[in-house]
Amino acid sequence: MFESLSEKFSSIFKKITGRGILSDANIQEALKEVRLALLEADVNYKVVKNVVEEIRQRAVGKEVLQSLTPGQQLIKIVNEELTRLMGDVKQGLQLLGRTPHALMLVGLQGSGKTTTAAKLAVHLQKQGRHPYLVPADIYRPAAIEQLIKLAKQINVPFYPTNPSQKPEDICMDSLSKAGKEGSDVLIIDTAGRLHIDEAMMDELVRIRKKINPAEILLVADAMTGQDAVNVAKHFNETLDISGVILSKMEGDARGGAALSIKAVTEKPIKFIGVGEKIDSLEPFYPDRMASQILGMGDVLSLIEKAQAELDESEALKLQKKLRKNEFDLEDFKGQLQQIKKIGSFEQILGMLPGIGQLKKLKQMNHDDKELVKVEAIINSMTTQERRSYKIINGSRRRRIALGSGTTVQDVNRLLKNFAQTKKMMERFSKKGYSGMGALFG
Amino acid sequence: MIKFFSKEDKNGGVLERLRHGLSKTRSSISGRLDRLFLGKKEITGDLLEEVEEILFTSDIGVVTTQELINLLQDKVARKELKDPEKLKAVLREYMLSFLRIDSPAQSFPLNGQPLVIMVVGVNGVGKTTSIGKIASRYKSEGKSVMLVAADTFRAAAVEQLIIWGDRAGAEVIKQSTGSDPSAVVFDGLTAAVSRVFDVVIIDTAGRLHTKTNLMQELQKINRVIGQKIQGAPHEIWLVLDATTGQNSISQAEVFNNILGLTGIILTKLDGTAKGGIVVGISHQLGIPIRYIGIGEKIDDLRPFDPDDFVKAIFE
Repeated sequence: MFESLSEKFSSIFKKITGRGILSDANIQEALKEVRLALLEADVNYKVVKNVVEEIRQRAVGKEVLQSLTPGQQLIKIVNEELTRLMGDVKQGLQLLGRTPHALMLVGLQGSGKTTTAAKLAVHLQKQGRHPYLVPADIYRPAAIEQLIKLAKQINVPFYPTNPSQKPEDICMDSLSKAGKEGSDVLIIDTAGRLHIDEAMMDELVRIRKKINPAEILLVADAMTGQDAVNVAKHFNETLDISGVILSKMEGDARGGAALSIKAVTEKPIKFIGVGEKIDSLEPFYPDRMASQILGMGDVLSLIEKAQAELDESEALKLQKKLRKNEFDLEDFKGQLQQIKKIGSFEQILGMLPGIGQLKKLKQMNHDDKELVKVEAIINSMTTQERRSYKIINGSRRRRIALGSGTTVQDVNRLLKNFAQTKKMMERFSKKGYSGMGALFG
Repeated sequence: MIKFFSKEDKNGGVLERLRHGLSKTRSSISGRLDRLFLGKKEITGDLLEEVEEILFTSDIGVVTTQELINLLQDKVARKELKDPEKLKAVLREYMLSFLRIDSPAQSFPLNGQPLVIMVVGVNGVGKTTSIGKIASRYKSEGKSVMLVAADTFRAAAVEQLIIWGDRAGAEVIKQSTGSDPSAVVFDGLTAAVSRVFDVVIIDTAGRLHTKTNLMQELQKINRVIGQKIQGAPHEIWLVLDATTGQNSISQAEVFNNILGLTGIILTKLDGTAKGGIVVGISHQLGIPIRYIGIGEKIDDLRPFDPDDFVKAIFE
């Protein structure tokens, strides 16, 4: 439903020929789609109402830019508005005042506090800080053991909590202990609790009073539904949180909870958790989140990654070759290697707009092994064969298949694909070169 | 710890407890519907649109909401439904029909082999806690229960299961963190057969359904179980968190495709989350909800009863 938001827009706006201004009437239908899109993304219904109204007000009367279609223009506005609501710029931790600073993680059961605590420690270590982990969850079976195990894994000192201690005492004691051991940031992993459990919420208030933390971060599951507003509101009203960490972002949830939480708390989302590995904590970029909620994929991340990984001189060389129509299998292999540097197939597909939502594609085995196979096949060719693939006859194919541990069918398929690609490129270069620059630049 | 379910209402029966737990859901769906219908004489498009919105906000899901609305609209068009007051009863009946899945309860294998239950789900939904509660239920029925700690990935997951095993009086089979979960399962089943356990419950590591390799690992565990005991696992239950939104549908779909689920456990219904998502999942995938989790105590797991569930929402 979602992947087609931009498609739906373009079909709605098809009726409007030429450029002009966006009128109330012609954006009404498009806004219905925006509303549905946001609801499907788990954005709270009341928040959706407000957001759609703000978008309408901003969009009506806007002139459609020369370079854009009306559909694109509206998407731009929606995207900008969501980004603005999400907080515009990324925000890090505010660790001010006397050391050791205390950082408190709070949230519902199973939102990912303990794992996040360890990830934050790694993050702080990288910044030259000396973190100290404090297991303050005396209720959940083996929660203390879990954090201590993680602490040992990442080589971070921890408070040896005894489950018979009171959480506020644990925190007080660890504050002085951490200082003595030369640590400057305490990360306190509190027990998961329901926001409506007053006794348990009181416990957090007591901890807060005793240690006066620099940050109180609400850890929330990115998959949370409509209830996100209730949870965030209660935690914020009780504790006056300083920010939010959104966990489990690596799944296929659209993460509308981010928008809901931001709207009810007006507190910044500081980090997102993107995996179970200990270094999978990333800063939160509002613009990227906006695109994801809209189902437009994380194109920015992809572009950034591509820019960081792709070798510019390589690209230039390739351009020249393409122009002269000299693209051969060796170049093809080079391209594959460049793609591999950006990330696994799964990662790249996830970042592309629309594709992430195509369930079929998702369950398909877009296996990186396929790339390995292709590379092996090319590696088993002679230099001559790589330069001019047309000389590869039946017996050469058999030899290549044997050498690469593949089948003749695999080799055939690769050669066929390559021939098609080359044909397409020829057509491009005949047509002139305008389109290709963007592809490889 | 959970104030909703203090000792006083312990004698109130399942329905009473569930009503308590769902009081928020009730006030949100039914209460709003009542206000909506107040003073209305006929069912208009506007009214249906508002009903649609209410269903949306109860996490019932886009597809199911549209399906329910279409059913109501058809009834209105056929003039079988005119009175706004009756709309609620009709809606309730539809939701009930969505939740009633004809599926036989698991019976114990006749050949004296253990009943094998595999429990799966994404991270943090409450698999281990649910397993502790299920084990306790079987123990109270006089069955011998073995728990297999196949979450060898998450730090201290094994320890957590051991504590629940102690509470429930069930034996826990374990290996060290990082070992092959399939191997742990194989060893566990071998022990369970030779020592004649009635029930074996397998705790798997939480995994997001989008991780292909981890889902393949589950398939392997599933295969290993079947090789060791023919016809096993007899039950594969997916644990879903009532707090989760639309993503639950995606989770249920993928886990079901890969493993063929026989049931769902819906946890964390003691908060303010509405849990309406199960209406859609049950209906769309034809998977019955087996249990609901309504607290952190060992007896806070209840068999799912569609009648009670919908009654608790609408009364």
